[in-house]
Amino acid sequence: MAAVAAAGTAVGFGAARATSAGDADPSRSSHEFRGEHQAGITTPVQQHLYFASLDMTAGAGREDLVSLLKDWTSAAAQLTAGLEIGETGATDGSPLAPPDDTGEALGLGPHNLTLTFGLGPSLFDREGDPFGIAAQRPEALVPLPSFAFDLLEDSISDGDLCIQACADDPQVVVHAIRNLSRIAFGRAQVRWTRLGYGRTSRTSAGQQTPRNLFGFKDGTANVLSDDAEALERWVWADDGWMAGGSYLVARTIQMTIESWDRTRLQEQELVVGRTKGEGAPLSGGTEMTEPDFAMTSSTGDFAVPSTSHVRLAHPDTNDGVRLLRRGYNYVDGNNDLGQITAGLFFLSFQRDPAQFVQVQTSLKTDALNEYIRHIGSALYAVPPGARPGEHIAQGLFEA
Amino acid sequence: MKHLPLRWATPLGLAAALVLSGCVENNASGSTAIAVTSTADDCQVESATATSGPVRFEVENTGDDVTEFYVLADDGLRIVGEVENIAAGASRDLTVQLQPGDYFTVCKPGMVGEGVGQSEFSVTGDDVKIDEGDKAAIDAAVASYTAYTKSQVAELVTGTKAFTDAYRAGNDDEARRLFPIARINYERVEPTAGNFGDLDPKIDYRKPGAEAEGLPFTGFHRIEMDLWIDEARINYPGEDIQPLDAAGRAAVADQLDGDIQSLYDQVHADDFELTVDDITNGAIGLLDEIAAPDGKLPGEENEFAHTDLYDFLANVEGAQVAYESVRDIAAANGSEGKDLVAELDEQFAAMKALLATYGSYEAGFVSYATVDQTARNALGAQLNALSEPLSQLTFTVLGVDPGE
Repeated sequence: MAAVAAAGTAVGFGAARATSAGDADPSRSSHEFRGEHQAGITTPVQQHLYFASLDMTAGAGREDLVSLLKDWTSAAAQLTAGLEIGETGATDGSPLAPPDDTGEALGLGPHNLTLTFGLGPSLFDREGDPFGIAAQRPEALVPLPSFAFDLLEDSISDGDLCIQACADDPQVVVHAIRNLSRIAFGRAQVRWTRLGYGRTSRTSAGQQTPRNLFGFKDGTANVLSDDAEALERWVWADDGWMAGGSYLVARTIQMTIESWDRTRLQEQELVVGRTKGEGAPLSGGTEMTEPDFAMTSSTGDFAVPSTSHVRLAHPDTNDGVRLLRRGYNYVDGNNDLGQITAGLFFLSFQRDPAQFVQVQTSLKTDALNEYIRHIGSALYAVPPGARPGEHIAQGLFEA
Repeated sequence: MKHLPLRWATPLGLAAALVLSGCVENNASGSTAIAVTSTADDCQVESATATSGPVRFEVENTGDDVTEFYVLADDGLRIVGEVENIAAGASRDLTVQLQPGDYFTVCKPGMVGEGVGQSEFSVTGDDVKIDEGDKAAIDAAVASYTAYTKSQVAELVTGTKAFTDAYRAGNDDEARRLFPIARINYERVEPTAGNFGDLDPKIDYRKPGAEAEGLPFTGFHRIEMDLWIDEARINYPGEDIQPLDAAGRAAVADQLDGDIQSLYDQVHADDFELTVDDITNGAIGLLDEIAAPDGKLPGEENEFAHTDLYDFLANVEGAQVAYESVRDIAAANGSEGKDLVAELDEQFAAMKALLATYGSYEAGFVSYATVDQTARNALGAQLNALSEPLSQLTFTVLGVDPGE
């Protein structure tokens, strides 16, 4: 995986340079859009994210949805290869017409861009079933229940469709979402978007565990791309047209940054259940040491407290359930009180949303809840990858 | 709801550079002749039907005022052909290429206002083939749109006068009723008015715009502020906004009437010319006026009266007239032209149907303050669905090689 895919026989203008093994320019590194699974799930996590949720336009029907997915597929294949979209790109069209491509990514290269598409429950639920897909709704695709400490805002939750754009350059992800949403005008429109930076997870053994805005390492126990058994068991769906796909949970988790920053180090570590520096569990060892949840301290309390985040989120507390996490930090200005509006844009992929529900339910007593609020929530069915000649979610329409 | 794919056309040369002026050629050869009599209060047309192709109207003015004669499309707005400056006792001819369909005929003695004797006129027969890239077709489109602009500004003169008269006289309820109605004609041709750089700021600047440029705050929105002064005090709580007295009212009303008259004089001047670019780019410009941060969609245009939906519809109507004046040329440009026309017909209809759910000019539109964000988003989504294909119109009209 994660092979630096050659753009190969790129044709036309602005062709991305084929990447050879000896070519070390990281801006030219790319991922093949087509394949068994969609890219952007097990792909080594890139540095930047732009995530968009869209709603189908009122009055749109099945033909609109299929044509949109086709147009997105061909544009996504161009974008991930670092090509300009359309036939005449950003500058080679008629001076009398708006350019096909908006142009801000000219010369940047693909920067490992991946584009991952998903379908929300509301797409299958629409009154009158205008898309003719209600009968194909996956059983697992049921809206998430309410959780303790949810403060969800409708305007940054849910949506009929989603696009997750990840790359190692911020302009590249913005360009991708901007152009894909432009293609959608008249068929779908943006409902909400989230700009993220600084991956907070790793999905391959070679990646360092990054830190979230609490200053702690995040995602140490993630499902990794080289763990085929775990991927089969916990990430890839195997039911009907969704086989080879996955389910994506997106949660906007606001952090009460100012309160956290006034919390003494010892308390921060007890809340998380790990040391801040090394990331080792409080039961001892180093970052990769498995926590010993049975260990007690001299005072008789658990070394890794019963309300600590690492204990409650751990597979041992959740019948072994694991998630593939792929979240990003976000900062979105400040509120009227001068507090920084920032947090974690939590993204997890799982073969069944019930996995997320189980873990999130466990987190009800998480000491971290004092410092976070879930303000946005969405769930999407992420279809398998489009094979050559296919469009995204083609199986849904042939089922 | 069909959607156009990204434009996969081959880029072509600068057939585009052609810039055409809008003079009306009234060639009478080989056409059906229909007599028209324009009186002081009527417009008698000898026959209410004709066969498609060139149709010649022989217009005689038996009234006392200078008159004009119009052939309007079935929407009663778009001008298919017009002949103006027919002196009392004189006759002039108008020849227009008419496709099968329904039209209206109307005369305009005095050359201002809505006109008199509007009657239905129908054309039967075969479609008239438009030659792609045909200069005559483009000339006709420019002439048609130029005439539309002039007639809208002419109606603006009388509509504004009715509004300012009510305002001067202190009939505030009537003035508030007429405020959005008087603006319709202006909003339909806003980009053209905007071409006269000094007039638009005087006629249509919003309070923040005028202040930012250090201009006196005048025009429609100055009067709006006075008529909805409670709203103004809420919007600008730090300011001591006082009602205008009779002299103050007369001053802003006189200035607005004068500025509108200047606009009339400019668009009716001999050197007033539009190009086909002005038409197609003006169409998209009108939609941009709606979506702008200080436009109708965010509810900033009429920030005191909340009559933004009137302006919204007027902008859409103006864009549609511009589009329809070049529609046949676009449709003749291969399958790409046909697809674009089909898409635009559908999206204009959908936009107007959505706006109609909020009211009409006649019955009144709901206050835009009652339109919540979800509903505004739906209006915005439909506006995007219309704007995106409309942005291809200039290219399709001027840039596509007819041989392709």
